[in-house]
Amino acid sequence: MIFQHFPIVIPISLLLGAMISAPVGIWKRKLTYPIALFASFVAFFFSSAGLIYVLNTGTHHYYLGNWIPPIGIEYVVDPLSAFVVLIVNGIGFFVMIYSHRSLAKEIPGKEVPFHAVVLLFLAGLSGMVVTGDLFNLYVFLEIASLSAYALVSVGEKRAPVAAFRYLLLGTIGASFYLLGLGFLYLDTGSLNMLDNAKIIPLLEERGLIIISLTLMLVGIGLKMAMFPMHLWLPDAYSYAPSVGSAYLAPIATKVSAYVMIRILFTVFHTEFVSEYYNFTDVIAWLSAVGILWGSIMAIAQSDYKRMLAYSSVSQIGYIGLGIGLANPLGFIGAVLHILNHALMKATLFLVNGNIFYRFGITSIPMFDENLRKKLPYTSAAFTIAALSMIGIPPTAGFFSKWYLVLASVDKNNWIFVVVIGLSSLLNLIYFFRIIEKLYITRKSNLTLDEETKMNEVPISMLVPTLLFAILVIGFGVFNAYIVDYIIKLAIPDGMI
Amino acid sequence: MNYNYSLIPFYAVIVSLVGAILILISSRKPNLREFWTISAAIIKFILVFSLVPEFLKGNSVECEIISIASGVSLAFRVDGLGLFFAIVASGLWILTSFYSIGYMRGLSEHKQTRYFASFAIALSATMGVAFAANLVTFVFFYEILTISTYPLVIHKETPEAISAGRKYLAYTLSAGVILIIAIAWIFVLTGNVEFNANGILKGVNISSAQLTILFILLIIGTGVKAAIIPLHSWLPTAMVAPTPVSALLHAVAVVKAGVFGVLRIVVYVMGFDLLKTSGLWIILATFSAATIVIASLIAFSQDNLKKRLAYSTIAHLSYIILGASLLNGTALLGGILHLAAHATLKITLFFVAGAIYVKTHIENISELDGIGYQMPLTMGAFAIGALGLAGIPPLNGFISKFILINGTLSSAHSAIVLIYLLSGLLNAGYFFPIVYRAFFIKSERFTKIREVSLFMLIPILITAGLSLLLGLFPDLLFNLFHIAQNVSSEIGKSIIVDVNKISGAGL
Repeated sequence: MIFQHFPIVIPISLLLGAMISAPVGIWKRKLTYPIALFASFVAFFFSSAGLIYVLNTGTHHYYLGNWIPPIGIEYVVDPLSAFVVLIVNGIGFFVMIYSHRSLAKEIPGKEVPFHAVVLLFLAGLSGMVVTGDLFNLYVFLEIASLSAYALVSVGEKRAPVAAFRYLLLGTIGASFYLLGLGFLYLDTGSLNMLDNAKIIPLLEERGLIIISLTLMLVGIGLKMAMFPMHLWLPDAYSYAPSVGSAYLAPIATKVSAYVMIRILFTVFHTEFVSEYYNFTDVIAWLSAVGILWGSIMAIAQSDYKRMLAYSSVSQIGYIGLGIGLANPLGFIGAVLHILNHALMKATLFLVNGNIFYRFGITSIPMFDENLRKKLPYTSAAFTIAALSMIGIPPTAGFFSKWYLVLASVDKNNWIFVVVIGLSSLLNLIYFFRIIEKLYITRKSNLTLDEETKMNEVPISMLVPTLLFAILVIGFGVFNAYIVDYIIKLAIPDGMI
Repeated sequence: MNYNYSLIPFYAVIVSLVGAILILISSRKPNLREFWTISAAIIKFILVFSLVPEFLKGNSVECEIISIASGVSLAFRVDGLGLFFAIVASGLWILTSFYSIGYMRGLSEHKQTRYFASFAIALSATMGVAFAANLVTFVFFYEILTISTYPLVIHKETPEAISAGRKYLAYTLSAGVILIIAIAWIFVLTGNVEFNANGILKGVNISSAQLTILFILLIIGTGVKAAIIPLHSWLPTAMVAPTPVSALLHAVAVVKAGVFGVLRIVVYVMGFDLLKTSGLWIILATFSAATIVIASLIAFSQDNLKKRLAYSTIAHLSYIILGASLLNGTALLGGILHLAAHATLKITLFFVAGAIYVKTHIENISELDGIGYQMPLTMGAFAIGALGLAGIPPLNGFISKFILINGTLSSAHSAIVLIYLLSGLLNAGYFFPIVYRAFFIKSERFTKIREVSLFMLIPILITAGLSLLLGLFPDLLFNLFHIAQNVSSEIGKSIIVDVNKISGAGL
């Protein structure tokens, strides 16, 4: 059946889209966007269908070119990868719908290469998720990274510098990963994840794989912007075009988090990384520091995008914390937060795009009631996402925190419990600062126009913004179904 | 006891949520908007009231809506305590809705749509708190209650209101975080968060130091809204909100949700037995007793009428908590009855404060000389509220206090009765001068002032009348007395108080 090929269809449709849309765009500029959108839709469609397929029939192994692994490259779609690839392409597709009008305003004339690069970016991320081969993962990682640098660099004046910095650090990260992979290959003689998982427990001499795991984790940690390797992130997110940040922030770092989960719990064994050697503890503690550091730095920012960037550092900490706790509840919290944070950050960055579209500002002190009067729906979307970031039920953010608190209590680690609680309150500070500005009339503000009329952004921008905001509530209320029917199936063996 | 599956509690929760959406949609048509408020209030009350007969038959109505988090359902169950609270809150919402319309229009306030929508959401959350069958459902609505009342606190949007709003959020959301942590702990310990009359934590394997910490976390989590000193300071600050907000939310729904939470924890989470054997009740009793005395004393020094009412509220909330902490069925019964008594009495006082403000823009007690001559009905209602809170028969404040004192005397710590008696005197001390000023000091200042509009006056008279009626016939309306008594007999330690005798005492 043709549908069996879906693991490869997802990245290939995106790659083909990139290759077709760019030259066609040179010939007829207007055709680029429909082609790109179509490619993205195909990927989205196959990701959704893939998830349903996997949930019904179990993990799907796909041998590329019918070469049997470990000789050939294998794509593995299990509930976890199906879930993450759907997040990637879901966000990708709806941001793509959004991007048309926003790009026309922000970077006019550069849409053709931008859309092509976005497709490459999504192809890279999707490939990283579905592949079951560690070297193939590296290839996709580089595709995703190189296109991410390009997405940043087309932004405002200072963007090229930020992109260059991102490139340097990103390349270092990728090199670490490659180096670690080299050591692993040297030791086990295999690049296939599942094959490695079988070989590693049999090794008697463990020195080499410890080094290889360390190197790979550092590399991925850098890509994931895990504290203290997050330094590239604030500049990259703040200077990229609004749409660029809206692609990067929700999904790029999340896919790296997914890779971390894969390496720790699929390639290596839970017992190996958390009991024999304390890798997960290090990750958990660094993440805990990152949660607080990101939140505190976010409070200090006066630029909206920069604030969101630091808040991302903090939110990635939640995912890292869940991974580092290495128990089922922590795993649930981490994976659920990959989804929740993707939705929240997508909403918040699209809100940024909307505000920039109408007002051309990202500076928080310039936000006022006028803005809310012109953009009431955007402001509502912002409020929902902000409440979710703070962790107010029934939004999704409450529930990822709930599982993480449960996991920390279960591990008897009260410091993590306090960190999660404290971070909620810090989020409260930096989000309510903006909510106050949007909803409260300031007498001192003389520029306020009494007769301000609603003037929302175009429908193609508004609908994705509102959709994400509604999903933040929807996935909050119905989180138990995602946890019980998807994430629980993905809990790694041996995790207690 | 039979279990009946019924979605009525769920409908009672969402009816005002739907109302809130309709209110937002009809923001440009004030009359239609207010129509939605009133209809939601009335439908909600009818739904709640329809649960009473089933309850009195001894059937438990419950429903599960969805799985809210892995292993926990969003579930509602109608038990005596929840039903009692729901009747009080939803009944008074109807009156407050009319009063709000009069108040907001009387002052031509801005952003009325936001106001009425937030109010409706807050009432949804209150019903959710009342009917929650487990701790996760409880905290789910408890947090929604916090957020939905924030726009009401900052409604005036003055710098003072904004900073009050910040303080409110800082206090209540910190408490929320602490409560969530405590609940997560209980969930990990027992795998069960369902309220039951023996206490969730009964027989749990936990050291006494840990149990103490857990109990303190739970009490801080709920105690902020219940304004136990030293967690109270958001409440007087939040009095900058419009008066109907102070009336319903800061005398009935929000603070009572906090007290209700404390009762849930004392009776259904910890359980009387565990609190007795561990001796933890002393912590709660000490803090609530201290709160009663300190808050009453502070109330003396407040010239701002609403602030004085706020401190009086703080004291009266701790009446209920002290009653529960004595681990005695009769005192618990008194506490639950006081939940309703304080609600009708205090809402009357707040309504009056709002009426005075609408007519005169006066907020200070020292300026009220002679106002009773111009607004006799309003100030008469105030006098009833003041007498009731001081515990004078035949008002409902007397009944609840009488049973509280009875319970205290039959407990092992009868000396605590002095707290109640002292507080009664203090109440008289800080309320009666206001009545005196209003009626017995003459002043030319208010000669042009007349009574407030009927929208406001009728609710005031109704709440004052309710206080009197419930004092004379405690079981007449909605079988409140029976419902409350059911709670204390459910936990098996009630000394049955004959309702007819109580009525006689009232007369």
